[in-house]
Amino acid sequence: MKRAGFTTVSLPVLLLLPQLVIIAVFFYWPTVVALQSSFYLQDPFGFGSTFVGLQNYIDLFGSREYRRIASFTVVFSLLVTFFSLAIALVLAVKADKVLRGARTYRTLLMWVYAVAPPVAGFIAVIMFNQSWGPLTEFFGFFGHDYMVGVNFNDTAFSMILASVWKQVPVNFIFFLSGLQSIPRSVREAALIDNRSASGRFWDVTFPLLAPTGFFLLIINITYSLFDTFGIVDIVVKGEPGNNPMTLVYKVYVDGFRGNDLGGSSAQSVILMVLVLALTIFQFRLIDRRIHYT
Amino acid sequence: MAQVQLNNIGKTYPNGFEALHPTSFEIAEGEFTVLVGPSGCGKSTLLRMVAGLEDITSGELQIAGRVVNNVEPAERDIAMVFQNYALYPHMTVRKNIGYGLKNRGTSKQAIAQKVDEAAALLNLGDYLDRKPSQLSGGQRQRVAMGRAIVRDPALFLFDEPLSNLDAKLRNQMRIEIKALQRRLGVTSIYVTHDQVEAMTMADRIIVMNAGRIEQIGTPSEVYHNPASTFVAAFMGAPPMNLFPAKVTDGQVMLGDQPLCAAPAQGAVTAGIRPEDFTLDATGPLSMDVQIIEELGAHRLLHGTLGAHSVTVHVSNDISAATGLQRLSVRPDAVCLFNATDGKRL
Ligand SMILES: Nc1ncnc2c1ncn2[C@@H]1O[C@H](COP(=O)(O)OP(=O)(O)OP(=O)(O)O)[C@@H](O)[C@H]1O
Ligand SMILES: [Mg+2]
Repeated sequence: MKRAGFTTVSLPVLLLLPQLVIIAVFFYWPTVVALQSSFYLQDPFGFGSTFVGLQNYIDLFGSREYRRIASFTVVFSLLVTFFSLAIALVLAVKADKVLRGARTYRTLLMWVYAVAPPVAGFIAVIMFNQSWGPLTEFFGFFGHDYMVGVNFNDTAFSMILASVWKQVPVNFIFFLSGLQSIPRSVREAALIDNRSASGRFWDVTFPLLAPTGFFLLIINITYSLFDTFGIVDIVVKGEPGNNPMTLVYKVYVDGFRGNDLGGSSAQSVILMVLVLALTIFQFRLIDRRIHYT
Repeated sequence: MAQVQLNNIGKTYPNGFEALHPTSFEIAEGEFTVLVGPSGCGKSTLLRMVAGLEDITSGELQIAGRVVNNVEPAERDIAMVFQNYALYPHMTVRKNIGYGLKNRGTSKQAIAQKVDEAAALLNLGDYLDRKPSQLSGGQRQRVAMGRAIVRDPALFLFDEPLSNLDAKLRNQMRIEIKALQRRLGVTSIYVTHDQVEAMTMADRIIVMNAGRIEQIGTPSEVYHNPASTFVAAFMGAPPMNLFPAKVTDGQVMLGDQPLCAAPAQGAVTAGIRPEDFTLDATGPLSMDVQIIEELGAHRLLHGTLGAHSVTVHVSNDISAATGLQRLSVRPDAVCLFNATDGKRL
């Protein structure tokens, strides 16, 4: 078979150049710089830096605060991921049943997706406003004095709620299209084979949704780790103090508030390794397990 | 006893389209009934209502003596084979076949035994641990059959199960399905738009057109005594020749030649099967043969008779040539239809 090809090397390189430059400037260069500065102790006022080897990392792992924030991040990510997926799945299954209304339903839910994370955080702040937030009043009914930014649990709850709310629509869209791509006749065959609706869901629908679900799981973990920055920032209102925060937010706080560029870089290197691990895990599993056709 | 009974079953879709006009018929126990008709005539609609996959708008449906209008598909004691097989892609062949049994509380041991029996019957023994994606079209078709037969239901439903197979495999599976049905004796409704499948497989054929039943009868009745010009033209390949004819002096006249005695006055449509013509040098009819189609065992002569096109079927030991040929027809081979509504006279 004849294959179309380039006769010279320069043309393909030229065509790839813009993309390569973008990747190099915005991805690899910062990575290298971060990696490099994680081995240095930066003078807070910008007067040079000292090579300290792995000291930044050793300090981090020895720091009780870092470990506390890391465990909060794990809990936060698990909760956000679980509830975003579970709520979206329930909504998608319901929407799939009333196919006719699905379009309006889908559009309505999609709107939330268009909301930028800081705005989502801001909406959460308004909802939980100390003096007139509707959710604060709601909790007031049960005798709970809800205080965002003061009470650790209340703040964490607001962050989780806003993050879940923001992520449900994306998951919903994926789940719904996953559901609708299950052949109608396969569901009908199940209808004849199994009288129990929940049995059909767990035996047929859910396994067939697994590829979508797994993809979303990774997306959601990444989201809750990184993309919730804007929400955390608004809810915490730049007053980290005793408030809950995620690892990504701590990178920002230490680097730009605390001017500890070395420690902050070490933290971001750790997060990069985490993402790398997640990605490898994702590709491994997608290749291996969850593929039918 | 009627295994399936439809009393004035009708279907109007939510968009207001009446896909099936109220229809009644019965299917006897063990009978293989084929629903045939052109695309969009409502065959699948009817079958899916029997299966319970589509709501019944009006009328009453009985399966094995029980009214099942509002009974869930899983409780109707039916099994269905779908056009695209509808296998569960994430389950092995073994699980696919056993799934319906598992949900009916059959013991693991009994399931294993029944699955093995079905697999043996369908030559699927070597594939039990494969996923559907690792099977050929014909094998998938067999798995779908297996899934239906392990259940030992009161009624089999087939919706064009062979239409995704190539011609050779289709002929083979046609015979296999028919033989299997004979052997198991399970009442069956089989939907197809292929009249050859209908003729070869059916105990009884139901010919449908535009949401109505045109005729119910054995393959031979439907072929030799079509109830309408629609059936005459739909069944048979090539179909029945239809000519507008006039009645004069009690005789049906094709052009100026009398064909047979007429039961009515005025205009009629005369139908003659291609094989009911004979080439006969002294025959009364004159055909202008334009194309001869060689089909091995026989030939088809295409041409015109007066102003109308006509197809004549002759065996290959009769020599034929293009140009004018004389034909004769037995008077009892002519079917007469009402010229306005196409109904049989
Ligand atoms: N959900 C629906 N809503 C409205 N009309 C429908 C619906 N499903 C089918 N129809 C219409 O009902 C008629 C009969 O459809 P049906 O699927 O029964 O045809 P069929 O005889 O099985 O045809 P084919 O041989 O092409 O499968 C068609 O005209 C179709 O357009
Ligand atoms: Mg159909």
